[in-house]
Amino acid sequence: MSTAERSGASVGQTPPTPEPASVPIKAIRLRHPWRAVFAVLIVVVFVLVLVDAAFRPAYDWPSVGKYLFDRRISQAALVTLELTVYSMVIAIILGVILAVMRLSPNPVVKSVAWFYLWVFRGTPVYVQLTIWGLISLIYSSIDIGIPFMEPWVSFQTQAALNTFTLAIVGLALNEAAYMAEIVRAGLLAVDRGQDEAATALGMSWAQTMTRVILPQSMRVIIPPTGNEVISMLKTTSLVTAVPFSFELFTRSRDISAETFNPIPLLIVASLWYLFFTSILMVGQHFLEKRFARGVGDRQPEKKEPGAVTGAFTGVMPVIGSDPPAIVLPPKDRPGGQR
Amino acid sequence: MNDTNTTAAAPRKDAPMVLAEQVSKSFGSNEVLKSISLEVKRGEVMCLVGPSGSGKSTFLRCINHLEVLSAGRLSVDGELIGYREANGKLYEMAPKEAAKQRRDIGMVFQRFNLFPHMTALQNVMEAPIRVKGLPKAQVEQAARDLLARVGLAERADYYPAHLSGGQQQRVAIARALAMEPKLMLFDEPTSALDPELVGEVLDVMKGLAKSGMTMIVVTHEMGFAREVADSLVFMDGGVVVEAGDPDLVLTNPQHRRTQAFLSKVL
Repeated sequence: MSTAERSGASVGQTPPTPEPASVPIKAIRLRHPWRAVFAVLIVVVFVLVLVDAAFRPAYDWPSVGKYLFDRRISQAALVTLELTVYSMVIAIILGVILAVMRLSPNPVVKSVAWFYLWVFRGTPVYVQLTIWGLISLIYSSIDIGIPFMEPWVSFQTQAALNTFTLAIVGLALNEAAYMAEIVRAGLLAVDRGQDEAATALGMSWAQTMTRVILPQSMRVIIPPTGNEVISMLKTTSLVTAVPFSFELFTRSRDISAETFNPIPLLIVASLWYLFFTSILMVGQHFLEKRFARGVGDRQPEKKEPGAVTGAFTGVMPVIGSDPPAIVLPPKDRPGGQR
Repeated sequence: MNDTNTTAAAPRKDAPMVLAEQVSKSFGSNEVLKSISLEVKRGEVMCLVGPSGSGKSTFLRCINHLEVLSAGRLSVDGELIGYREANGKLYEMAPKEAAKQRRDIGMVFQRFNLFPHMTALQNVMEAPIRVKGLPKAQVEQAARDLLARVGLAERADYYPAHLSGGQQQRVAIARALAMEPKLMLFDEPTSALDPELVGEVLDVMKGLAKSGMTMIVVTHEMGFAREVADSLVFMDGGVVVEAGDPDLVLTNPQHRRTQAFLSKVL
């Protein structure tokens, strides 16, 4: 808007005469011949590998088909899923508590959380799981009561904790250390002004946390947590150290020990792991969408409404095609201004 | 103030809304407020002006205990802020008690600080529901009325990210008013706004002043100060340099530092 226009026609009297429509740019599109060459090359190599794999006898595809839905395998897959879900739920709850403890003004509470992290993040999970398996050698009974007094309740460790429980405890306590750092990062990512605004309204610390800070930090917490869930799904294959042997990987190793044909069973296990990871990725996508309320404009999936999972929203270049156009509908912002 | 009653005794009608006596505040060795004494009467609008770093915002934040005083006394409506006085001793308040005092003091921030994951309506409703525990239907009606009062009735279901800066600040004012405060604090409410959006926020504040609300406004809007304020305080380097009738201070500043500052901003 020029100054002449502003000082001229008094405001709101006559609408300004529209400018002539701008001329669209007509230009020869820049060619990328090497892109096409590399793309063809990669596709050719990929197809060759696939065809080769399909006819290679060592993969033994008929056996893969035979064992994929074997009862023992599908049950083991369910156990793997149970291990993942239970230990993640415990790890997330514990992680939130540890994160809040690390941000506490109380130096003792802070140090305890730091010590926990130091121990559980600093030792291999395989070692931790092995130790949990030997816990009954270290603590033969679990007593609940006042120290140095007759306990109220007493369990024999061996009887009270089976290997499934110990596997979950081992996985959860290890994971909690990582979750604590993820949650802490999320809490710190929320603007300090949010805390002040809630405080100024008379909200308590707990209300500020649960109503204002945590919901906003979820946006930061969820993507790496999805990562951790997927990682946990695969880490369950280590619980053989406890030793717990009814999950997917150990079960398929056991079967192949009888058939002397390990490769197809490894493929079967991998296919099940992939199946679960794919489902988890879809779930993560919807969770991210839920917690992006109010700040959703920066979400990648908005650009490409067709995409299903968060991980596959990238645009694949196709040989010879025009660069994929990403157009945001003008009505995307309900405010219609700013 | 020699009554030792710990509960907020029915405030005397003549008691000032805000009474600051030799208020000082230091961050480490940096003394930001140096013995500030001010009085804001019921229904009065006071504007705090001065260069950045002069301690205006810190003083404002002391009033609702977002900052803790280093020295001096500060009371709102006859009630000491952040401390209980009994048997001639001061007791630090538990967070719960401090939160209770803040309910009655509304605050509007420079950067709005709306909750981005809630709609405008939810922002306004949050505190009355969670803090006062009022029934939702009643709160929603009151919240819609408040949004209408700041001219945003149709924007109730928009998220802050979809509102302009001026609209966000008006929602923030409605959010503060929803707690029915007896005192409103404004911390540079228009400083983060595009120039063309400043007017709409100032208009809401003028209406609020006219309705008799006690207000303390940290601002650089001298026109607003002259038109609305009952008193104007010029601060610099953590001290009150000059205070008085806005017209007098603005047109005929007595102090050299006030003159220098005003010559730059007017």
